[in-house]
Amino acid sequence: MGRYVIRRLLQMIPVFVGSTFLIFVMVYALGDPVAALFGERAPDPATAAQIRRDLYLDHPLWQQYTHYMAQIFQGNFGTAFTGQPVLELMGSAWPLTIRLTIVAIIVEAVIGVILGIITGLRRGRSVDTGVLVLTLIVVSIPTFVSGYVLQFLFGVKWGVVNPSVSPAASFDELALPGVVLALVSLAYVTRLTRTSIAENTRADYVRTAVAKGLPRRRVILRHLLRNSLIPVVTFIGTDIGALMGGAIVTERIFNIHGVGYQLYQGILRQNSPTVVGFVTILVIVFLVANLLVDLLYAVLDPRIRYA
Amino acid sequence: MDTLLDVRDLHVEFRTRDGVAKAVNGVNYSVNAGETLAVLGESGSGKSVTAQAIMGILDSPPGHITRGRIFFQGADVLSLHREARRVLRGARMAMIFQDALSALNPVLSVGDQLGEMFVVHRGLSRRDARARAVELMDRVRIPAARQRVGDYPHQFSGGMRQRIMIAMAMALEPDLIIADEPTTALDVTVQAQVMELLAELQREMRMGLILITHDLGVVADVADKIAVMYAGRIVETAPVHQIYQRPAHPYTKGLLDSIPRLDQKGQELYAIKGLPPSLLRIPPGCPFHPRCPMAQEVCRTDEPPLYEVGPKRGSACHFWKETLGG
Repeated sequence: MGRYVIRRLLQMIPVFVGSTFLIFVMVYALGDPVAALFGERAPDPATAAQIRRDLYLDHPLWQQYTHYMAQIFQGNFGTAFTGQPVLELMGSAWPLTIRLTIVAIIVEAVIGVILGIITGLRRGRSVDTGVLVLTLIVVSIPTFVSGYVLQFLFGVKWGVVNPSVSPAASFDELALPGVVLALVSLAYVTRLTRTSIAENTRADYVRTAVAKGLPRRRVILRHLLRNSLIPVVTFIGTDIGALMGGAIVTERIFNIHGVGYQLYQGILRQNSPTVVGFVTILVIVFLVANLLVDLLYAVLDPRIRYA
Repeated sequence: MDTLLDVRDLHVEFRTRDGVAKAVNGVNYSVNAGETLAVLGESGSGKSVTAQAIMGILDSPPGHITRGRIFFQGADVLSLHREARRVLRGARMAMIFQDALSALNPVLSVGDQLGEMFVVHRGLSRRDARARAVELMDRVRIPAARQRVGDYPHQFSGGMRQRIMIAMAMALEPDLIIADEPTTALDVTVQAQVMELLAELQREMRMGLILITHDLGVVADVADKIAVMYAGRIVETAPVHQIYQRPAHPYTKGLLDSIPRLDQKGQELYAIKGLPPSLLRIPPGCPFHPRCPMAQEVCRTDEPPLYEVGPKRGSACHFWKETLGG
């Protein structure tokens, strides 16, 4: 197990370097950040050269990259063009997005798995068909539609929740945005669990468990569910990164100043320090989430452990 | 001798999209305490389905018991409440499956799977249950049981896995064990060891054993009596040695003739012509008539009852006398 973790950690290094370098190149390709800084006005050549020197822009791209990475590992994410340190932006944005993601993951995991078990065990019955149709509808509606509709219904028409999230963004305020963010993944988790459960109900070891005289509850939870959750856990784990990066739309609808919001602003204003900084952290989140999934996989399925 | 299990006129059908498959059509058999009944037949003959009906683990739907009764220690188990039925399973009647690799749960350690019997049926703590699991593994002669109790099924060899299956079935010392092709998935050398172990444990605990197999070779040494099944019916029943010497049904005769023998080396091996019938369309009359070398007109129209052909012997053939004589 220890060796496996070390091997996986080592494998993360080239992936991290490769993906961050690609991002660096792409943002660089957006255009001259100094020109963007001055907007419509043409900058004074001497001032521009000075800024270039200060921002390390007079060096070749690969040197800029290594310099940037070296700074990041010293905890210096640079300064946004607004003059605000990127680290400060992160300090305010990440906790919001993490909280939103936690709500979304809990919603999709708990509701998705429960619906999946129910439909998987009652294949072909009306509950199953009903939920299947519902998931199909959910998957085909884009988040910006479902988000606005739910915001209008719950926030404005029925007044159950606040339509706009306050800067404090407590967990109960994030319930509705969390559901909106989770909605599509929730449908996938439901379907994935359903298929997995349905497939495994006919498995020989489930029959053995029944023949052992175990109560139905124990057969389902201990024997059937644990085997069926392996693909679901993989999906939910990789979804953590996708949810954080994909929160842009949800965060805009509910006015949450999280990672998605900052990224959106950064891209609009060609604010490259913000964009690269946030995306670098997102890359790390993706990598760590994937590693955790693989470790959890080994816990759920002992056949993986010694491979 | 007291009757442990008595199956009477059991009918099981599977209602599928293609129609109703009549898997079991009026099976009767009984097992006494300490006795071994071998149920012989090709795949699809209904031998496993009968066993599943006895255990109460029939996939339902699509499987349904449409007629018949099953008495276990005098009680009609088909009329028992679901919970009462569950308590019987594992504790008083247990089952050994064919392929231990797929029949054991891949994500739970063998210690957990063995110990679970004691946790659920006897209310033992996890710790005590694990100690009992080690004892059981010792009993079925798995080397280094204490070290291996936390291992997973895939870490054992095929023979050792089947021993674990046996240990699990024996855990609560049930009165009846149903072994569904327990050695089919194993090497020939390991087969003998596993059968020996099974027979030994059965003698020690005086359990009734139903041994389901399609292998006549496995049966001869361990069984007391044999029931041969075809198309969901019992076509012949007899004490074990009589059947080998003088079969009373053409199907049994065909099975015996198709065993390779050393003294027939070089000759072409006999095979029963044709295939077993589809359970969706079982032929009228005697279901074996399309494949039977002795078939006459009466076989196509009248289904033969199980004629009494001797003490404790029965044959469902209109021409049992001729079969027995020739």
